[in-house]
Amino acid sequence: MPMKLEIITAEREVYSDDVDMVIAPGFDGQLGILPRHAPLMTMLKPGELTVRKGGEDIYVAVSGGFMEVLGNKVSVLADTCERSDEIDEERAQQAMQRAQERLANRGGTEVELERAMRSLQRAQVRVSLVRRRRSRGQGQQSPPNTNP
Amino acid sequence: MPSVRDIRRRIRSVDNTVKVTNAMSLIAASKMRRAQNSVVDGRPYSVKIQEIIAHLAAQPSDDEAAAQPLLAIRPVENITVLMISPDRGLCGGMHANLNRQVGNFILAQSAPVQAIAVGRKGREFMARTNQDLKATFTDLGETPLLVDTHAISHIIIDSYRDGEVDEVYLAYTKFVSTMSQEPVIEKLLPIAPAELTSSESVGYIYEPSNLAVLQDLLPRFIEMQVYHAILESIASEQSARMVAMRAATDNASELAEDLTLVMNKLRQESITNELLDLIGGQIARDG
Repeated sequence: MPMKLEIITAEREVYSDDVDMVIAPGFDGQLGILPRHAPLMTMLKPGELTVRKGGEDIYVAVSGGFMEVLGNKVSVLADTCERSDEIDEERAQQAMQRAQERLANRGGTEVELERAMRSLQRAQVRVSLVRRRRSRGQGQQSPPNTNP
Repeated sequence: MPSVRDIRRRIRSVDNTVKVTNAMSLIAASKMRRAQNSVVDGRPYSVKIQEIIAHLAAQPSDDEAAAQPLLAIRPVENITVLMISPDRGLCGGMHANLNRQVGNFILAQSAPVQAIAVGRKGREFMARTNQDLKATFTDLGETPLLVDTHAISHIIIDSYRDGEVDEVYLAYTKFVSTMSQEPVIEKLLPIAPAELTSSESVGYIYEPSNLAVLQDLLPRFIEMQVYHAILESIASEQSARMVAMRAATDNASELAEDLTLVMNKLRQESITNELLDLIGGQIARDG
């Protein structure tokens, strides 16, 4: 029995379909949601969301938000969200570097450090998502990677 | 009887009007497309968060949730209306319709109503009708970001939390289509609980905790609804302006055509008269 999944950000609807399983980065750890799950309301951490449908996996990067499970329907309200094939790897790499530098310098106020920390988390999720896609042979369109 | 020269002057002025209204309609058309897209794309989120909040409000609540000031339902003694209107005019009947709606709404309330105006036109309306104006916000621009509207949302959140108001309404012009925009007044607070079936109202599992989720989600809900209403209003404004200015361009072009016809008739008439004079003079001389 499939369940309905909707992934929505403030800018657009990212995904809407019947799926078999959702694995989400819940606040207290990874959460696997199968059909007929009990009603659940959780905050999401920046991380990967895996959607399993008919034996195939779709990976989505989320940067926080909420997930509601109610009556065989999963709704993800993400702050920002990209499917793995939408991620610009170069940009994510650059963002990661920038954030790392900023954290290494320890400059700036607490708020700025906090912000850098968060953008580092976001970038890490994106980069790891792209890598994983490539290792599973889904990323044909991206150029070969010279980095180790 | 106007002379040919008077009419020519009028035609020139009408032509200038055509240029202005045509340019305005083209500008509005391009802004309209962007504004419409952002409203239509943002609608699912706004609808969804409203749904989730309604579900939460309907859950059997324990003490912690009941203590959430944004979920409190109090007897209505003070009402706030957040009126979202454009900064600028020349967009057809949009203001008049919203003003009428808001005016009727305020008159129908038994409790005192305080207003917050977003946009110059709403502020003018409130000032003109001597309403109790709590705050005004103008010059948000055509593509505001969510952070630009935080100040507005937080006035609402704070005053509801502190018990200064017991009901908050959002008044704005909802974008239906390019040809049609609808003034609406929606209740923002208190949150109306959804009607759940018994299998759904067994209580949520909260992570990390009931309190943390509510404290994060409730303000975000208000922020999103306010932001979305502002986007709706902007899309409506640009659409209404595009249609109004296109109509004005058509009318002015028609007027210019009519005037040209009158002018040509007059010109021909005066030429005929001159010819008659000439011929008359010649006949008199030769005769």
